[in-house]
Amino acid sequence: MSPRLARWLVNGALFGGAAVAVLPLLWMLSVSFMAPGAASSLPPPLLPAHPTLGNYRELFAHAGMGRYVLNSLFISSAIALFALVCNLMAGYAFAKLRFAGRERLFQALIGALVVPAQVAMLPLFLLLKYAGLVNSYAGVIVPGMATIFGIYLVREYARSVPDELLEAARIDGAGEWRIFVQIVLPLLKPVMVTLTVFTFLAAWNDFMWPLIVLTGQEHYTLPLALASLAREHSEDTELMMAGSVVTVLPVLLLFLALQRHYLQGLLLGSVKG
Amino acid sequence: MNRSRTAWLFLAPALLVLGVFFVLPVIGALGLSLTDYDLYALADIRNLRFVGLHNYWGLLQRPLFWSALGNTFYFVAIGVPLSIGASLGAALLLNSPLARLKPFYRTALFAPVVTTVVAVAVIWRYLFNTKYGLVNYGLAELGLHPVDWLGDPHWAMPTIIAFAVWKNFGYNMIILLAGLQAIPPELYEAARIDGASAPRQFWHITLPMLKPTMLLVMVLTVAGYFQLFAEPYVMTEGGPLQSTVSVLYLMYDDGFKWWNMGVASAVAFLLFGVILAITIGLLRLARRGEPA
Amino acid sequence: MRWRCRPAAVARLGAALLLVGALASVAACRSRQDDRNTLVFWAMGREGEAVAQLIPAFEREHPDIHVDVQELPWKAAHQKLLTAIAGNTTPDVAQLGNTWIAELRALHALEPLQPYVDHSSVVQPADYFAGIWATNRIDGTLYGIPWYVDTRLLFYRKDLLKAAGFEAPPRDWAEWSRQMAALQAHAAPDHYAILLPTNEFEQLLSLALQQDEPLLRDGGRYGNFESAGFKQALGFYVDIFKRHEAPLLANTEVPNPWTEFGRDVYAFYFSGPWNIGEFRHRLAPSQQAEWATAPLPGPHGPGAGIASGSSLVIFRHSRQKAQAWLLIQYLSRPQVQQQFYRLLGDMPPRRSAWQGDALRNDPAVQAFRDQLERVKPTPAVPEWERIVTEMQLVAAQAAHGELTVDQAAAEMDRRADAILEKRRWMLDHAHGARR
Repeated sequence: MSPRLARWLVNGALFGGAAVAVLPLLWMLSVSFMAPGAASSLPPPLLPAHPTLGNYRELFAHAGMGRYVLNSLFISSAIALFALVCNLMAGYAFAKLRFAGRERLFQALIGALVVPAQVAMLPLFLLLKYAGLVNSYAGVIVPGMATIFGIYLVREYARSVPDELLEAARIDGAGEWRIFVQIVLPLLKPVMVTLTVFTFLAAWNDFMWPLIVLTGQEHYTLPLALASLAREHSEDTELMMAGSVVTVLPVLLLFLALQRHYLQGLLLGSVKG
Repeated sequence: MNRSRTAWLFLAPALLVLGVFFVLPVIGALGLSLTDYDLYALADIRNLRFVGLHNYWGLLQRPLFWSALGNTFYFVAIGVPLSIGASLGAALLLNSPLARLKPFYRTALFAPVVTTVVAVAVIWRYLFNTKYGLVNYGLAELGLHPVDWLGDPHWAMPTIIAFAVWKNFGYNMIILLAGLQAIPPELYEAARIDGASAPRQFWHITLPMLKPTMLLVMVLTVAGYFQLFAEPYVMTEGGPLQSTVSVLYLMYDDGFKWWNMGVASAVAFLLFGVILAITIGLLRLARRGEPA
Repeated sequence: MRWRCRPAAVARLGAALLLVGALASVAACRSRQDDRNTLVFWAMGREGEAVAQLIPAFEREHPDIHVDVQELPWKAAHQKLLTAIAGNTTPDVAQLGNTWIAELRALHALEPLQPYVDHSSVVQPADYFAGIWATNRIDGTLYGIPWYVDTRLLFYRKDLLKAAGFEAPPRDWAEWSRQMAALQAHAAPDHYAILLPTNEFEQLLSLALQQDEPLLRDGGRYGNFESAGFKQALGFYVDIFKRHEAPLLANTEVPNPWTEFGRDVYAFYFSGPWNIGEFRHRLAPSQQAEWATAPLPGPHGPGAGIASGSSLVIFRHSRQKAQAWLLIQYLSRPQVQQQFYRLLGDMPPRRSAWQGDALRNDPAVQAFRDQLERVKPTPAVPEWERIVTEMQLVAAQAAHGELTVDQAAAEMDRRADAILEKRRWMLDHAHGARR
């Protein structure tokens, strides 16, 4: 094979793959600007003949999309914030603080990763029912406030914090909490960003648990609202695509802005396994 | 002594959350699966009865459970190899010294991963629409018959598999790419001097060196794919003819539609058992291959 | 792995999170404040959209009440209702499929409505079709007010029937069988006398309700599918498939029954009232004179039909039952029901509402009017929905020839008895649902 042909093949395949990956998203964007009914014609149009913002207006004015956007933002931010605090503290403890049974406890946590989250969902629902948290923001947020994956991520990263630094501070008489806040946290900044992005995206995209625990639409997150719309308005292609754009665009932009942190987290969380 | 107490204080919030909202419910699920918790028990807890293994026994005799398990296995058996194959292909391309614009392609190929399942499943529903979908339009242009992708029981699951591969392959691509980049270039250098062809290099260097990463990717993907739920919920609602009812879909229906929480918990535990058995099997298989 | 991070990224992220959290909590608080005089009304699917247009007039009459209409997709509605009951987050008023009432009553979720009806000048029980009203009474207590009704009957092609030598639609099973046989003899290949989707239970259920025997026996303790009457209905149903007068297709495999009906693929279509609108909308103007509706034929003369539809209920945990009742009364007014019919084509449950011009002058709905006088309720047990689902799965097997009628009836009883096991235990123990 001539080098030129090989180069052509490799780049051609990459282009083709990228096209398959991205075209559905571009198609979504394009259809969301079409007039109602325009997408359901033959041949299927690729670009809007008369671009309009009508679908978005309809979504926000009549379908209550603004509320769902706020719900999603609030729930995902709260989960990201709480999970950040809990996981940072626990991950740091596993990495740097000595206590009896540390390794065994950590192994147990890693082992628990095998249990699918759905196993816990039914009793969790009953638990929240008796706690009065069904159909509340708290019902979605509270179970996500700590994750094994997050603890693992922080522990992996925090192990690179030099022990001498901590010992020196202890000799200077600093308390453990002050050491954590003033010395450790600044060093953990990169993993903090990674963890926040990870948890935020996961919470934003989560579907099954919010579907179970949220009953009234006043608390719906975007995926729930979209699934609900899709069951009743499946014939309104353009409206559904606008809804998809509103749901997908924030996370895509967040990912594009903080891509490096996200991918690093993905690798840190998996390479060692 | 004091330091140990500090450690536990640092651990307390996370362990409390995990204990109360994960460990406790999992134990609860085991207990629940041994009862007939249902509508009547929901109304009045005195209507709850201990039924031993009756829920499990009943499930094993229920055709819908077996077909849900069969559908899920179908999804995993076809979806996982395709998904990992696509990831590996994309990773190899991105790792090729001939490739240009690598960061751009990497981002583009990864984009579907961060999107919301529900939203992109909705997109696919329209792309694969029988009448106005772009896919069937493309087929017609090629002179092929249109396919009722999501309405035909034979095609619905393949369509969902294609969707899952598209949505997920980017994740493993990143992991495999890192694995590829970690292979020392000297190995290829030596092989080239020995006159080994590109396919031979792939077979004798790339694949063996990638094996630990592949194993990890496989375990993660299999466990993830067994948890199929949102895709059929949005794209087919389990139909047509229950051909896309997955195990978790069954659990959801039994638990939250018919409110047979006892049975649904048993479904969840059987699924857990299956995932655990397959994970252990994969790890064993990998270990056995090791000394050779 | 290398980790580099601009501190600015952290700060920006943190600030964004805080801002968003604050915004959302403000939004959440504001909505909670005006809960006091807000009536939450859950309505399903298209009904939810249509009823929203009737609410402004109600709110003008009652300026102190704000109605928050929440739409639930039909397919998710059952699950959402049960979850809401489990979590004590029920609305004040809701639309309920009338086969769900028994289930929700078993959960002690519904408010008995007889006292309200006794003092109402608007809701007149005698004005309602008796079969529909009966579906709202569980063990003698009234839990719902019928909102709209739905029954299944025959849509047919007049021209095809005429070509086969018949001037009028059938009135009993014998005549119906003769017509289907004649139609099938005239039919082109892959054309059929009738469309009976194998995954819809309403058709077989309608035939079964035309029999004298109840579908469950001993107070809903056991299935009664092995009764002579049910077997006769099942035999009639299965024979249609055996003689290839109906295709063995589920409705998911018939993407567009309306066009196919227009293309002579089916001469009869056993279905519900919403299809009136579909046929008017989808068939060419030239074909509009060729289709009509007919009441169901019974074994010996005009037959019974199923009494389905939706009711309006008040939840026991509502703190605004009086206001909720005002809304139900408003939606039950004959003129409001006529408005509702014009919006959606949902048929009113009370005879006086049928006096309106839109309904009186429409020949296609007259067959429904006639049929509604002869609708019968299904057994009022919470398990009914599951039993009837299983019934149809078995019936489809029989239609495919995998089971004989006797075997199928026995299998239905076996499944029903298994589903009813808990109910039997409940009825036989003191602390049951009937404390």
